[in-house]
Amino acid sequence: MIQNLAFYLFSFILLASAVMVVTNRNPVHAVLFLILGFVNAAVLFLLAGAEFLAFILAIVYVGAVAVLFLFVVMMLDVDFAALHEGFQRYAPVGALVALIMFAELAFIAGTWAIAPAGSADRLFPTPSDVSNTVALGQLIYTSYLPLFQLSGVILLVAMIGAIVLTHRDRKRSLQQDLFVQHTRTPAQTLAMVRAPLGVGVALPEQPQEETL
Amino acid sequence: MMPFWDTYLGILILTVLKTLALVVPLLIGVAYLTYFERKVMGAIQLRKGPNVVGPFGLMQPFADALKMLTKETIIPTGADKVLFVLAPMITFGLAIIAWAVIPVNNGWGIANINVGILYLFAVSSLGVYGVIVAGWASNSKYAFLGALRSAAQMVSYEVSMGFVIVTVLILAGSLNLNAIVLAQKHLWFAVPLFPLFIIFFISGLAETNRAPFDLAEGESEIVAGFFVEYSAMSFALFFLGEYANMIMISGMTTVLFLGGWLSPLPFLPGGVLWFLIKVFICLFVFVWVRATLPRYRYDQLMALGWKVFLPISLVYLVAVAGVVEYFGWLPHA
Repeated sequence: MIQNLAFYLFSFILLASAVMVVTNRNPVHAVLFLILGFVNAAVLFLLAGAEFLAFILAIVYVGAVAVLFLFVVMMLDVDFAALHEGFQRYAPVGALVALIMFAELAFIAGTWAIAPAGSADRLFPTPSDVSNTVALGQLIYTSYLPLFQLSGVILLVAMIGAIVLTHRDRKRSLQQDLFVQHTRTPAQTLAMVRAPLGVGVALPEQPQEETL
Repeated sequence: MMPFWDTYLGILILTVLKTLALVVPLLIGVAYLTYFERKVMGAIQLRKGPNVVGPFGLMQPFADALKMLTKETIIPTGADKVLFVLAPMITFGLAIIAWAVIPVNNGWGIANINVGILYLFAVSSLGVYGVIVAGWASNSKYAFLGALRSAAQMVSYEVSMGFVIVTVLILAGSLNLNAIVLAQKHLWFAVPLFPLFIIFFISGLAETNRAPFDLAEGESEIVAGFFVEYSAMSFALFFLGEYANMIMISGMTTVLFLGGWLSPLPFLPGGVLWFLIKVFICLFVFVWVRATLPRYRYDQLMALGWKVFLPISLVYLVAVAGVVEYFGWLPHA
């Protein structure tokens, strides 16, 4: 009973915050509602007994991705009026995507309703004797190893792509090389000169500093 | 009929009692950690520290709390009011709820969950929101700069912290904190993983925004960073949250590397006392570091996180996994 109540409570918050993400005028508030949505999705995973997925969702999406997202939204002055202009044009596409997803969901739920025993015929039914972290590991690192590796490679390629796109080899600030700095000795930089009266000193040979 | 403690009401009452048994000592600990820090720093800097209020200044934390409570809470005109009030609560709340899974003695954690270490990691990575929300909601340049700094810092150091934790998990063979401590029965992980132990502790300093990584509040450059606009109790919540986080990181270090409640001497029994002593030593190092080291510059901080800690922890992870696999030392193998 309490499980059901918790499920409805958290899924209500999830849906409400999802609506707020789309309708909110303040972009920072929208991102914060998105984070609330992530947290509630994690709680729903937890209620379904998938504790590993729940915390990974919290760590990866809430702890890392959303922080950077929030960062960008706070720094940029997003012009929401301009974004809303495209609404009419993209609405049909969005509706189509929503329709397909809804049909798929209905399909899955329908299968459960028609043949409740069908879920036992799955290729890898959820094992009951080990915790789901172990179960996931045993599946990912055996049967699905190539796919798992492949997704890692895709992420690597994306990362390299992002670096290539944003990297500019341009020095904007003076940087010190700590090793060079620490190994400097007075002998390299300091010369004690006694200036004779009326003669002055000639400037010592300056070591050519590399220009930035 | 079921025994009372198995009914919903019974479980609820029991959990509330357990929580109180943890939170009350924790809050007193936080209060006296501020006193401890001032005394230790006083000793290091050849001063006396607080010594006026009560015997040896022992009532000082309560005097401070009273002062904070009677001050006026000021909300700046341009601030986002809801978020401005919410931010200190997030910081303090997260610092407290992390303690739900920490086992202070064998099986004494309030929630002995399967993925305890992931829970801790998730909660500590959420801590950045209190800071970033506070900085943005204050609608002040200094606060915003502080928030940006600290967000970048916390995200960077979490990565190497994650790798350190994964290495510990390889040796422990479990994500359950109780099991991680029990896996150190014969050898504390601080011995085989000594470099990672150091990296974890330093990342902990960065994660809690403590000196020498307290750039977020760097009072000499951006006044007080993200909480420059806060006053009275909302300021106190940030302050307490920082100290509660220090105790939490010390607790994590103790559980992951220093054998939790296990006794260092084989002939003595383990227990809560050992856990407290280890946490206390970690806290002393926190204070010691603050009194000794100057603040890092921002680019040095980033360079340390990404160019030193991350490669070392990554290589160490692969090396440990290789060695453990080669010699067949894997747990459950």
